[in-house]
Amino acid sequence: MNPGLVILVLAVVVAAGFGLYRRRVDGVFTTAPVVEEVAQRSPVVEEAIGRPDAGTFHVGASRDPAPATTWSAVTASLPDAELGERATLVQFSSAFCAPCRTTRVVLADVAEQYDGVAHVEIDAEEHLELVRELDVRRTPTTLVLDRTGHEITRAAGAPRREQVLAALPLHQES
Amino acid sequence: MSDATTGIDPRGPRFTAAVTFVVFAVALLLSDAEPAIAAVVTGVQAVLFAIGAGLGVQKTPTGLFFRAVVRPRLTPPDHLEDPAPPRFAQAVGLVFAVVATVGFATGAVLLGQVFAGLAIVAAFLNAVFAFCLGCEMYLLGLRLRPARA
Repeated sequence: MNPGLVILVLAVVVAAGFGLYRRRVDGVFTTAPVVEEVAQRSPVVEEAIGRPDAGTFHVGASRDPAPATTWSAVTASLPDAELGERATLVQFSSAFCAPCRTTRVVLADVAEQYDGVAHVEIDAEEHLELVRELDVRRTPTTLVLDRTGHEITRAAGAPRREQVLAALPLHQES
Repeated sequence: MSDATTGIDPRGPRFTAAVTFVVFAVALLLSDAEPAIAAVVTGVQAVLFAIGAGLGVQKTPTGLFFRAVVRPRLTPPDHLEDPAPPRFAQAVGLVFAVVATVGFATGAVLLGQVFAGLAIVAAFLNAVFAFCLGCEMYLLGLRLRPARA
């Protein structure tokens, strides 16, 4: 076997494997079911969320260590952003990112159609501190925040509409 | 959605990536016996990448061929895309093609083969999965810059 042919075959195998893996995980929200379950089952958590000092309360095992909430980290970079009453979809985008456009359309549509759901799009390049703080590795990455501004789930890659709807916290109205 | 009307057919860059894949595959297969010819092949690809990065993906020979010959035979695209990401990817590809060419031309054949192989990974992902590897490396690259905190 000559090295050129070996490298060619290796490259194709690696690319095909990576591509199939990405196709499987793209747009999939992680950790959502667990947190939702906790919020549903525990009246303590519900009560705490309702309290005025809820900003410092961590729902379930929160993954963000430094800031009080994910949202407070977001507003530190974007003071004008507004938290949704029910949920906030925080989208990280960059210039060289075709799927970011698809994601923007989907999330904006969900925010428009569901009361209390807000969509905030953040340019990752302009807010690298925030990107590092929230450990965003790819664009698009979509974080779903609950009404207190805590991250309940996130998806890397463009999510489909149904995936976004399933990730929203507790459908209150239909 | 306002800029959707000014975009390009997303299948154009994928077609270009498919051609890129073939070119690098030919270069790799030639590289063991004839590294000088492999250098010419990757050198031509570098020129194509330079056109794509400098003038835009629509202006490369493959882009023009796609628009003139391939696209009329396809159904109209269901959406249009921003040409900036694939153009950026052409610039990334240019770097790999130049290194591969230098490797093949100077006798560092394995270096040339490794970079041609990396370019093949990117071209394959783009052509088959419409996945832009260079675009994604961009944010990771930015993140690697020293943090102020």
